[in-house]
Amino acid sequence: MNEHDLAIVLARVQFAFTVSFHFLFPAFSIGLASYLAVLEGLWLKTGKGVYANLFRYWLKIFAVVFAMGVVSGIVMSYQFGTNWSVFSDRAGPVIGPLMAYEVLTAFFLEAGFLGVMLFGINKVGRKLHFVATLAVAIGTFISAFWILAVNSWMQTPVGYEVGANGQFLPGPSWWPIIFNPSFPYRLVHTVLAAYLTTAFAVGGVGAWHLLRDKANPGARKMFSMAMWMAAIVAPVQIFAGDMHGLNTLEHQPVKVMAMEGHYDSHPDGAPLILFGIPNSKEKRVDYAIEIPKASSLILKHEWDAPLKGLDSVADADEPPVGIVFWAFRIMVALGFAMMGLGMWSLFARVRKKLYDWPWLHRTALLLGPSGFVAVLAGWVVTEVGRQPFTIYGVLRTVDSASPLDAPAVAASLVAFVIVYFAVFGAGIWYLLRLMKKPPEAHETTLDGSPIRSAGITPAAAALEGEHA
Amino acid sequence: MIDLTVIWAAIIAFAIAAYVVMDGFDLGIGILFPRFKVGPERDTAMNSIAPVWDGNETWLVLGGGGLLAAFPLAYAIILPALYAPLTAMLLGLVLRGVAFEFRWRDPAHRATWDRAFTTGSAVATFAQGVTLGALLQGITVEGRAYAGGWWEWLSPFTLLTGFGLMVGYALLGSCWLIWKTQGPLQQQAVRYARRFGVALLGVIAVVSLATLTLETQYYMRWIEYPGIFATAPVPFATAAAAFFFFRSLSRDKDAHPFLWALSLFGLCLVGLGVSIWPDVIPARVTIWEAAAPERSQIFMLVGAVIMVPIILVYTAWAYWVFRGKVGSEGYH
Repeated sequence: MNEHDLAIVLARVQFAFTVSFHFLFPAFSIGLASYLAVLEGLWLKTGKGVYANLFRYWLKIFAVVFAMGVVSGIVMSYQFGTNWSVFSDRAGPVIGPLMAYEVLTAFFLEAGFLGVMLFGINKVGRKLHFVATLAVAIGTFISAFWILAVNSWMQTPVGYEVGANGQFLPGPSWWPIIFNPSFPYRLVHTVLAAYLTTAFAVGGVGAWHLLRDKANPGARKMFSMAMWMAAIVAPVQIFAGDMHGLNTLEHQPVKVMAMEGHYDSHPDGAPLILFGIPNSKEKRVDYAIEIPKASSLILKHEWDAPLKGLDSVADADEPPVGIVFWAFRIMVALGFAMMGLGMWSLFARVRKKLYDWPWLHRTALLLGPSGFVAVLAGWVVTEVGRQPFTIYGVLRTVDSASPLDAPAVAASLVAFVIVYFAVFGAGIWYLLRLMKKPPEAHETTLDGSPIRSAGITPAAAALEGEHA
Repeated sequence: MIDLTVIWAAIIAFAIAAYVVMDGFDLGIGILFPRFKVGPERDTAMNSIAPVWDGNETWLVLGGGGLLAAFPLAYAIILPALYAPLTAMLLGLVLRGVAFEFRWRDPAHRATWDRAFTTGSAVATFAQGVTLGALLQGITVEGRAYAGGWWEWLSPFTLLTGFGLMVGYALLGSCWLIWKTQGPLQQQAVRYARRFGVALLGVIAVVSLATLTLETQYYMRWIEYPGIFATAPVPFATAAAAFFFFRSLSRDKDAHPFLWALSLFGLCLVGLGVSIWPDVIPARVTIWEAAAPERSQIFMLVGAVIMVPIILVYTAWAYWVFRGKVGSEGYH
């Protein structure tokens, strides 16, 4: 491997590392912001203290998650330039404006109202505070909208022209660029994933506390709300994922070949490989357990529909199969586990045992982090699966990098790894510590920090808690 | 002639100026943090910026994201050229950003996170100063790409601008504390403001003179006829701003030192603009060479014209909500 190739590999590792760490936080904060808005809205509507207490409980967690999301996100917006400058130069005229819109319509909205959301309740009153919470929640969604438009355009690029200098230029209309073929599917799938991630995190925390004290009203409420989400959203998500997969088959069939482990073309019905070990050297899946023709049934809704395999693609245009194959199975398995828990909780609810079955709670606790794993696995499928391109079919990853010095990339990678593990490791530890504390009847707001007890003194918070 | 490219250059310049105005004092407080007594004084200093730092930092994202969108070629050349300082800046911003939350979450390790807050603020500031210096001293460009090594940015001049910006932000931080606090912490801030004010004037003088020697373009602009008629007022205005700044320190209008310090920064930015206009990479690439196509410019301009005023309104509102003196326990 020559030095430039090494530098590109290091740059790819750096991007994968920083974006994976980063996305853990927005995956949580998109859902959590909406959950907080729901809790505060219910509090305003019903006046019940349990909602106020849950709001305060999760607001402390949100503050930590959001801070980590912000600081790890800024890294991403600069890494496009430091490591991928050729990509930035060439794609900038198309994706740059979408990212500028993300900053203008989402980042400022979130950041501008976050201070009021965290610290301002006694300064602005409950209604205006609710507006601030809503603004932050809507901001997280708008942010997802724009950045997924960018990502989707890179997966399914349309609506562009190529300039004399090699730049991708916007065509006459921005509509096809923003609403490119994979965007609606990716947006729905990703936002639902964020909601599910949050629901299972909330459900896991609720279950943990129910296992200790099943009478805790806060734990009961959060567990019940989370299980409604699991029961309703998990099946919807599986359906949305299936639609997304069909869309991928239409626009990025090679990615689906890797997901399915189809090295060979199947002219009369392709098997669904449940498990197996992809062997890219021999171009086959070892120890495959498969259901004949089931893949054709799922993807084409016909038993005998022909499906092309990787043998129809030049080797240089193939993604790494093993990673995509395994990540896809992890995601799907977790999706079905989530739906299973949702159904089980419905059954328990009907039997009026939602708060009484320890095994239900233990399972919910075990699945608490499942959303994070599934989200990362899903992104691995879509990002590794579109290799070897950054802009699908038209710009290769190897042609996208900056004129990099391998030592510079290596040194910065080491620095990112050390700082991220130290800082975000500590942050995740603090999150777990906050989650370990049971929700209390007189939940304080962001306690320990003077400014935060400024607005809402513990005494005042206690009084508000009395509304319960 | 004013065209879309000039308008976009003005918008990016505005974003960078807004960032310096708003995040400068946050980072300055981070730099000064070890000098404040552990306990209520540090808590007060932190509380004075906790509700607004995140919004302030967003202007940096707009500066970077806007550069990618409006001047993609400049973004693609500048960022690889400043690989090491920008990476350091990002890591610095990570450290100081999480410290806002973590120091409250973990009282047992508060000293550690306070150190992270200072280290992060200092590194980020120094790296921003180095970035500015490296742009001024010139970067190697071939075709559409950066063509220098990964240490090209390092020189006595960039070290000077790095330390210079630390002095400048420390001044802004001191002045912010004069505005937002009272009692011993405020008196301490006044002392610091006086010292850093003197130091900043020294930095401005040295950096300005050193800049003249870097590129003939700068020299021609500032010293030679006829440019000197346009440029001469800038140093005089700076001297006047400095006079009013020091006078305001001994009067009891608490907001005035901050505003005068900002005017010093504003004049530096004007001076910078005089030196490099109309280049986006000084003496290498003009704004028109780097500009995105008109369709991108128009599409974004619609968003910027609608959104930037709205952003300024709700940002002002957020500052208004947290107006007045801040305490370690609460606002008085």
